[in-house]
Formats: sequence, structure tokens, C-alpha cells
Amino acid sequence: MRLAADLLLLTGAIFCFLGALGLIRMPDIYNRIQAGTKSATLGSIAIIAGVGLLYPEWWSKLLCIIGFLLFTSPVSSSVLARAVYLSGVKPWSKSSRSKLSSSKPGRQQKTLNTQKPLNTQGEES
Amino acid sequence: MFNRLNLHHHLFLFTVIFLLWLLLTGSVALDELIVGFFVAVVVSLISAPYITVFEGIRYRPTALISVFTYLVYFSIALVRANFDMARRVLSPSLPISPELLEVETRLESKLGQMLLANSITLTPGTLSVELRHNRILVHWIAAPEGIDLEQATNDIATGFEKHISGFLK
Repeated sequence: MRLAADLLLLTGAIFCFLGALGLIRMPDIYNRIQAGTKSATLGSIAIIAGVGLLYPEWWSKLLCIIGFLLFTSPVSSSVLARAVYLSGVKPWSKSSRSKLSSSKPGRQQKTLNTQKPLNTQGEES
Repeated sequence: MFNRLNLHHHLFLFTVIFLLWLLLTGSVALDELIVGFFVAVVVSLISAPYITVFEGIRYRPTALISVFTYLVYFSIALVRANFDMARRVLSPSLPISPELLEVETRLESKLGQMLLANSITLTPGTLSVELRHNRILVHWIAAPEGIDLEQATNDIATGFEKHISGFLK
């Protein structure tokens, strides 16, 4: 029992960590939302299930928490994505980036790359 | 006031509130049950006319089976989504080719569309962005080249829709 609980807690922690890593590695906000939502949801569920194994008398309340979590976390991320979409942010795409990076070599192009998303946002809004 | 549909609505609301009471109190002692019963009756009677989200529910015996198969299907999709995301995040080349595309749904009720959009958000590589009429705008992290509406609907929504339409309109 103790071992299963620890394994679940560890799994949850790993998924939460991967979510955080995804937030850093992903190129734009839509992908970041994706990485954040999915792993945070399953990670929290695994952690809650682990706590449920450690303290079996809490299971009913933990079940409530899981239920609310499953309903609210995708809604909140969809709302964020919708707000971003309505404010005119275009999704990052590989083709646009490869075009940019092949056009100009050298260090100058690096700054161009990082500023590109900001510029498009400014034009949209 | 109590025509057939209304009765179902009241009963469903009562069951939900009573179950929530049971889960939150976490005991099945007789006095808790009695208090919970009366609270659920009062709350469901007062709030029933104002709660319109549950309008889309299909009240029929097979709905329970659909709920169960939906939950199983959803859990598998959720776990797969996480491993998929973990693979993408951990691989050095970051294998993504994101795109915004539309998906069509046959579900008509607000609750059904919301459940579908939520499910899409939690499944491998997709995120619901906007919902208009019967179209859901989806951000797909690894969209195949040149995919059209019909194909995208097939790939993303149909699996869930099949299960959800068993218990929601």
C-alpha cells in the first residue's frame, strides 16, 4: 500500500515536472497551454490518488476534488486559449520559422527570430 | 409543473446534490443521511427552474452504460495524451507542427458541446479554442499536412461524440 502510494505520488510529480518543462520548451502560448493543462491534470490526479492511498478515510473528499479538477482545468485552459485567439495571436508554425531562419544567417537573425512573434502580435492588435 | 420531463429533471438534480452531500460528509450515519435527504430535496426544488444546463440529458437506461464507456474511453485518452506530451517535450527536436483547424459536432445541447470540448482539450495533442454553433476551433499540436474539416472531425471528435451522444443530446 505504502509503495503504491509512493509510486503514484512520484508519477504525479514527474508529470507535473514534465508540464513545467513543456512550459519552457514550447514555442508559443497555445502549445504551452497544451503542455501545461494535460500534465497538470493527470499529475494532480495521480498525486491525489496517492494521498488517497495514504489516508483512506479521505477518499470521498478526494474523489470530489478529482471531479471538480477534471471539469475546471480544461475549461480554464480553453478560456485562456480563447482569449488569446480573440486578441489575435496567430499560432506558431514550423514553416514560418524555417523561412525566417533560412533567409538571413548570423547573429542578427537570432534577434530577428525572437522578436518576430512580438511584432506579429503588435500588428494584429 | 411536474410533467414527465420535469420529474426526471428534479430527480436527477436531487441525486446529484444528495451524492455530493454524501461525498463531502464522507459518512453514511443515519442522521447524516436524513439531513442530507432534506437538504437535497429543498435545494433541488428551489433551484430546479434556474438550472438549465441539464436540459440536454437523455433519460434512458442505456445512458448509464454510455457514461461508463465514455469514462473508460476518456481515461485512456487522458493517459495517452500525457505520454504523448511527455514524448514531445523530452525529445530534443521538439516534434510539433501546430495548426488551428475546425471540427464539426452533431451534439446540440450546451452541456454536450462543453463536455466534448473539454474532452478534446484533455486528449492527445489537441486544445479547444473557440466554440461557435456546432463548430469547435481546435489547436492541434501535430496536424497532418493539408487536413480538411471532415477528416479532422473524424480524427478528433467522432470517438468522443459516439459515447457522449449516448447520454447527452
